[in-house]
Order: sequence, then structure tokens, then C-alpha cells
Amino acid sequence: MSMMADHQGNSLFARIMNSNMAYSFKRNPVAIVSMAIFLIITLAAVFAPLIAPTDPYDPSLYDILDSELPPAWTNQGDPKFLFGTDDQGRDLWSAILYGTRTSLIIGICAVFVQAFLGISIGLISGYVGGRIDNILMRFADIQLSFSTLMVAIIFLAVSQALFGSETFNKYALFMLVGVIGIAEWPQYARTVRATVLAEKKKEYVDSARVLGFSSIRIMVRHILPNSLSPIFVISTVQVANAIISEASLSFLGLGMPVSQPSLGSLISSGFDYIFSGSWWITTIPGVVLVVLVLVINLLGDWMRDVLNPKLYKG
Amino acid sequence: MFAYLMKRLFQAIAVMFAISLISFAIQDNLGDPLRELVGQSVSEEVRQELRDELGLNDSFFKQYTRFAGKVLQGDLGTSYFFKEPALDVILKKLPATLELVLGATIIIIGVSVPLGVYTAIKPNSLFSKIVMGISIIGISIPVFLTAILMIFIFSVELRWLPSFGRGDVVHVFGPWSTNFATVDGWLHILLPSVALASIMLPLFIRLIRAEMMETLQSEYVRFAWAKGIRPKRIWFVHALKNTLLPVITVGGVQIGTMVAYTILTETVFQWPGMGFMFLEAVNRVDTPLIVAYLIVVGFIFVVTNTIVDLIYGLVNPTVNLSRMDA
Repeated sequence: MSMMADHQGNSLFARIMNSNMAYSFKRNPVAIVSMAIFLIITLAAVFAPLIAPTDPYDPSLYDILDSELPPAWTNQGDPKFLFGTDDQGRDLWSAILYGTRTSLIIGICAVFVQAFLGISIGLISGYVGGRIDNILMRFADIQLSFSTLMVAIIFLAVSQALFGSETFNKYALFMLVGVIGIAEWPQYARTVRATVLAEKKKEYVDSARVLGFSSIRIMVRHILPNSLSPIFVISTVQVANAIISEASLSFLGLGMPVSQPSLGSLISSGFDYIFSGSWWITTIPGVVLVVLVLVINLLGDWMRDVLNPKLYKG
Repeated sequence: MFAYLMKRLFQAIAVMFAISLISFAIQDNLGDPLRELVGQSVSEEVRQELRDELGLNDSFFKQYTRFAGKVLQGDLGTSYFFKEPALDVILKKLPATLELVLGATIIIIGVSVPLGVYTAIKPNSLFSKIVMGISIIGISIPVFLTAILMIFIFSVELRWLPSFGRGDVVHVFGPWSTNFATVDGWLHILLPSVALASIMLPLFIRLIRAEMMETLQSEYVRFAWAKGIRPKRIWFVHALKNTLLPVITVGGVQIGTMVAYTILTETVFQWPGMGFMFLEAVNRVDTPLIVAYLIVVGFIFVVTNTIVDLIYGLVNPTVNLSRMDA
């Protein structure tokens, strides 16, 4: 994208403000509100160490006597703990800030892995075609027929049993990114392949080929920039899905450990206490998770309407 | 058609082969069968002798063929924890999971078809907008959170419905006992099936709506209008029939996803099905049971996917052409 800006006289900002997308964004209250909430959550997550009153990763900071205190606005609440405390006496507000950060990091990194694998495979498959295309797409079919969650559950369960939970907890973040990233590449590969097949027939590709550019250069610098809009659209949906997958896996105890919680592991740790009436440990992280995923989905919906890639369905 | 059938069958067999290889690799590396058999107190020489006797020192290929042979005969090993053949343990848990999936499927079909059709026919009505709004919220709530919230509302606060287990089941035959015969059974299965259905519902409503809207634009529907056919007949006979075709394919693929979500739902509701059993087996490092679960679930996946593809190939003749020369 930056290279496109280099050739233009106008500043990038002015170009963005005059674009179609900005025009529709300014006229869509749902998109504006979603974007605002998304930015607030993201900023809160990025600056979690500055905002959070305590460090939730440091067990020496919490006091078991403070455990299961309800949020500050209720009768038994302690003004020191805005959203109350969990079963260990940990400040829930700090834990949620750090948890959102972990969830967002995993979601976004996993989508980067997916996008990298999927775009490369999709480009090769669509551009080269023939037998390679056949084999790659057959793999994509098979990979898609096994749901991501299923693959992730089995992979993580087996590695947890294999390495023991201590080693597993240490590398949980990387494993989650890896497994969610690898299991979902066909989503990108199929979309990119479909656009490449359409773009490949156009004249600019022919002329690039006549000029003697290498295949890789044509794929990356000529075809890829023209296939970006469907990639943007699926990326938003994929980030939302990756965050949900991560939360589900952590809820099953196959993801982030409670000592370094993501939103999913916070919800999971509160589930045992919901029957005794401590609703806040589960509900508040749950609401944050749902709001985060919802605004990403709403932004994705808006983006799909604006860019309207016909290839994308469901 | 025959070539297509053969191709699909070949792919199914290849996938099953890959699953069996993965399962075997897991069995080979996870846990030590000798320790499960004799404990720690046996000397190294006796261990080596036992290893030879059990064939644990054979080559990978030899061990794998032995494993595959046993699997083909239905012998998936003995569970360390239950001290029973792993396949029997799974078959005992299978009906509970299937009934849960059945309950969820009935809810999904019963709710998504009318809502999808309605929102396609009247896209601008208030009710359609509310349905679409709720469906995007529904997509954003993970299944376990729906389940927890429902437990909190209906079991903890209102005390209307039970929160865990299957309740009163009636034995039918073999390992199958059903939830659908007693009131208590119905009450127990209600929350889990609604939770399981909740994750698929928005997807299906949106899919049926999108397909239906596309179909309603097509030439033959316009021709039907021009002919003066009653609207109900056009919507439900002419348009809906063609809408359901892609829905079947997506539905087939979603069966796999459903199996994954049963693990989550069963964990929240402590439903004594396969998914709950699998997580317990993982916690106990019960290798034969883990491997057996993999093979059984992989088999269910491959069979349903193949059948769905074949049905789709039968119903939609264009598939054959595009895929056969591929």
C-alpha cells in the first residue's frame, strides 16, 4: 500500500479522507460507534500496564482475604476493586485489561499467520494452476472439512498430555497462534485463488508478462494489490473468529493458563463460582469478549457492504 | 458420475489413512504401555523381554500395519481408566452426544428455515431487521458463554431447568438410552440443545436469507410471478427448493463443527457424552481412549462429508462437470 502512496502527489491522509470508504464511514452511525468502541478497547489493551491498578501476573500482590468481592457499585463492593475480585483475590479490572490484551494479540497474530499462508498458497494455486492448483485445493477442501476448533482441541489436548501442563502453559500463546493460524489458511487461499483467477485474464497481467517480469513479481506486485478488498473483508471476520476460538480453547483448559489469563480463561475460572452467586467473575469478562467480537463483526459487515466483493458469502 | 464417486471414495480412504497415521503416532509417543502394564518395579531385563514380546521394538512400519489391522477389526485397544475396550466406552457415550446433536438440529431447522425465508421475503420489515440484528449478536457470542448465561438465568436465578447431566433416561436397546421418553429427560436436554443450536442458528438464518434473496431474483421466479402463481407456492415450492441446495452442503460441513462444539457444550453441562469423555481422557492421559476418539470422530467426519458431497453431486448436475475434469 505504501508504495502506491509514493507515486502520488497528494498526501496519504487526504487520499484516505476523499475515498469511497471514508465517505460511507461518515454516513454510517453503526460503523462509527463500532470503530470507536474497538479503538477504546484496543487502546485500553495496549496501555494495560499503565491503566491497570495492579499487576495481575504477580501473585504476591493479591490477598486471599479479598477473594470474591463483588464489583464496587454493589452493596458489599470495595471501592478499591472496580469490577470486584476473583477467587484468588485478584483485581478483576486489571485481569480483564491484561486478558483483553492477550486475546487481541492471539487473535491478530493468528490471522497474520493465516493470511501469510493463505495468500501465498492462494496466489501460487491461482497463478500457476494445473496440477499444483489441484493438489493444493484438495488439501484446502480436506482441511476445511475438519473444523478449526476440532483440530485445535485435538492438537492442544495431545500436546498438553505429551509435554505436561507446565511446559504447555509456558508456550501456550505460541501454540494457540500456530494452531489457529494453520487450521484456517484455506479461507484465505480460496478467496485469493478466486480473485487471482479473475485478475490473471486481464490485460495488465499480460503486459507485465510481456515486459519479462518474473512470476513472483507479477504475483506480489501486480495481482496481489488488486485482490486486497476481499482479503480485508475476511480478515475482520477471521480476527473475530480467532478471538472466539481462543476463548473457547482457554475455556476448555487447553489455552492460556489462569496465571496469565486471556478473556476465555477468566470466564472459565469464574464458571465454578457462578453457582454460589459470584456472577461477576464470569459475566464481566464475558461482556467484554462479546462486545469486542461484536464490534469487529459489525465493522466487517460494513466493510463487506462497501467493498462488496462478490466472492464472499456467509 | 462413476468417476466422481470413485474420486470421492479414494479421497475418503486417503484421509482415513492420514488420520490412522496420526493416531498411531500419538499412541506411539504418548505414555508408556509397559508402565501401565507392570508398573515401576520390574527390572530392566524383564522390561526388554516384554518389549520384544509386545512387539514394541519392531520397525515403525511393522507396528503400524499391526495397529491398522487391529483397527480394521474394530479393536481400538483397552482404556487404561475404564479397563474396558475403548470402542465400547465410546459407543456407550455416543447416544448421549447424538441425541444432543439431534435436539440441536431440530431446533436449527425449525427456527432457521421460517426466519430465513421471512427475512428474505420482507427484508425491510421491522421484524426482519430485529432478526438480523440478533443474529449478528448471536454470531459474536461463543457457545460456552451462551451456555453459562443460560445456566445462570434458568438454573441459578429462576430455578426452572436443571443445569447438568441427562436426568431420567429410558433404556431403549444396547448402549442407547433416550432422553426423549420422560419429562425430566426433556427438561435436561432443553438447555444443552438450545446452547448448541445457538451457535449455528445465525449462520443458517443468514445463509438461507442470502440464497433465498438470490433465488427470488432469478428468471424462473419472475416467470412464475408473471404466470400468476400464488405467492405462497412461489416462495415455498419454487424458490425454497433451490435455496436448500447450498444449505445442504454448508450443513454437511457444519456437522464437523457441531462435533467440536459438543465438546464445549458437554463440558459446560457435564453432559455424559463423547466430548466430555474425551476431555476427561486427556486429563487422565488415557492414550487408547484418546486415539479411539480420534478414529471414531474422524470416521464420522469423513463419512458425513463424503455422503454430503455425493448427495450434492446427485442433486446438482453442474458439480460433476466442473469437478470431473479437475
